[in-house]
Amino acid sequence: MAPKSVSEVVAVLSEQGDRAKLLAGGTDIIVQLREGLREADVVVDIKKIEEVTSFNYCPENGLSLGSAVACYNLYEHPELSKLYGALADSTHIIGGWQIQSRASVGGNLCNASPAADSIPSLIALNAIAVIAGPKGERTVAAEDFCTGPGRNVLENGELLVSIQIPAQCSNSGSAYERFIPRNEMDIAVVGVGSWVKLAADGTIADARISLGAVAATPLFAEQASAILIGKEPNEEVFSAAGELARQIATPISDMRGTDEYRSHLVSVLVKRTLITAVERAQN
Amino acid sequence: MSAYKKVHVTTTINGEQVDFLCEPRHSLLEVLRDSLGLTGSKEGCNNGNCGACTVILNGRPVDSCLVLSAEVEGAEIETVEGIACNSNLHPVQQCFLEGAALQCGICTPGFLVASKALLEKDPDASEETIRFDLSGNLCRCTGYDKIVRAVQAAGQQMREI
Repeated sequence: MAPKSVSEVVAVLSEQGDRAKLLAGGTDIIVQLREGLREADVVVDIKKIEEVTSFNYCPENGLSLGSAVACYNLYEHPELSKLYGALADSTHIIGGWQIQSRASVGGNLCNASPAADSIPSLIALNAIAVIAGPKGERTVAAEDFCTGPGRNVLENGELLVSIQIPAQCSNSGSAYERFIPRNEMDIAVVGVGSWVKLAADGTIADARISLGAVAATPLFAEQASAILIGKEPNEEVFSAAGELARQIATPISDMRGTDEYRSHLVSVLVKRTLITAVERAQN
Repeated sequence: MSAYKKVHVTTTINGEQVDFLCEPRHSLLEVLRDSLGLTGSKEGCNNGNCGACTVILNGRPVDSCLVLSAEVEGAEIETVEGIACNSNLHPVQQCFLEGAALQCGICTPGFLVASKALLEKDPDASEETIRFDLSGNLCRCTGYDKIVRAVQAAGQQMREI
C-alpha cells in the first residue's frame, strides 16, 4: 500500500505493529524480506507522501531532509553538496550508482547498521530526527537514534518523517571518509565524519567528530570534539583528537579487520577528515 | 489480506504503455522477465550488488531486483531492449561488440543500460568517472578494462554525433 499522508502510515503501523514494514528506497528492506531477515504482512510505500520525499534548505533553519529522499539528491546538488560536505561524501559512496538512485539517508539511519555511511555524517552535522507517531511528533538527536545493530528508537506506530540539519555558514566545513579494502561498493571497516566551524581568527570555534563501525552503534566522539575548540587547526591537534576518539572505540574483530586495526584506523581517519573539513571551511 | 491480492499496474516501458497484474511482493525484475517476456535484464545476485538487472526508472539507473513492481505505477522505464533504435545499435552496444567488451554476457545488459545513462549525463566522462559510476555493475570475466574502453569509445562517438 502507498498512503498519501503521515497520519495514515501511523495508523497502519499502530494497527499492524511489527507486521508492517516501511518502504522508502527499498535497498535494505527488500533484500531483508527476501532473505528472511525480516518479515512483513504489509509493506507500506511512503514515497507518495510529500513530507518524506521533499527537501529544502533555508539559511535560517538549515536543511529539512525528507526521510525517503534518495542519496543522489544530496551529492548532485550544487549548493547542498558544498554546504554539507560530509553528507555528500557519504551519499556518493553508499552502494553504487543504482543504489544511490533509490537509497535514502533516512533509510540508512533507520536501518541502524553500525557501519552505515551516512550516520557519522549526520551526527557530525548535529542532525535531528523528526519522528511522527500516535502521540504526535518528537525529535531525537542523530547520535541517540540507533540503539543497537539494526535497532533504533522508533516505537510502535512511529516513523521517521524527516531529518533536520542546522544551517551552515561560510566558515564551516565537514567531511566523511571510510576505510575499505576495495575502491568502492564495500562496507566500512571504519568510517569517520567530522565537522568544524572556524572563528574569524582561524581557530576552531566548534567541532563534532563521529565514528562508525567501531561499536554497536555509530558514536559521537564528544571529548575528541571538545579538545579542538579554541585551538589552531594543525596536525598535532588533529592527532590529539584522533587519540581521544580512539579511546571510545570498542570495535570487534571480524573478516573486515581486527579490533586493533580498527582502532588504529579511527585515529588516521579522524585526522584525515579534520584536514578536509578545515580545508572546506577555509574555502 | 491485501498483501496477497494482485495489483494492477500501468506503466511505460521503452515508450509503450504496458499493463500488468502482479503480486505486491514481486520485483520489477520478476515482472519484466516472467510476465512481460523482457528477458534482457538478468538476475545475477537478486540483492543489489551485481547490477545485471539495471534499468532506467524515471531517468535514473536502478537495480530492478530492488524495485517492487507495484511501485512503478505511472513510471517511465527503459530496459536494454529499448536501447537500440530500430535496427541501429546504440553506440554503447556497437562499441561493446567491436571492443569485445563481454565474455559470458550475463552482466552485459546491465552494463549497457548503466553506460548509456552515464554517457547521456556526461559523454566526456573520464576513465575514473566511468569506473566509479559503473562500480554497481560486476563482471567476473573481462577484468573491466575492455568495458571501460568500450564506454570511452561510445562516449567519443556520442560526442561526434
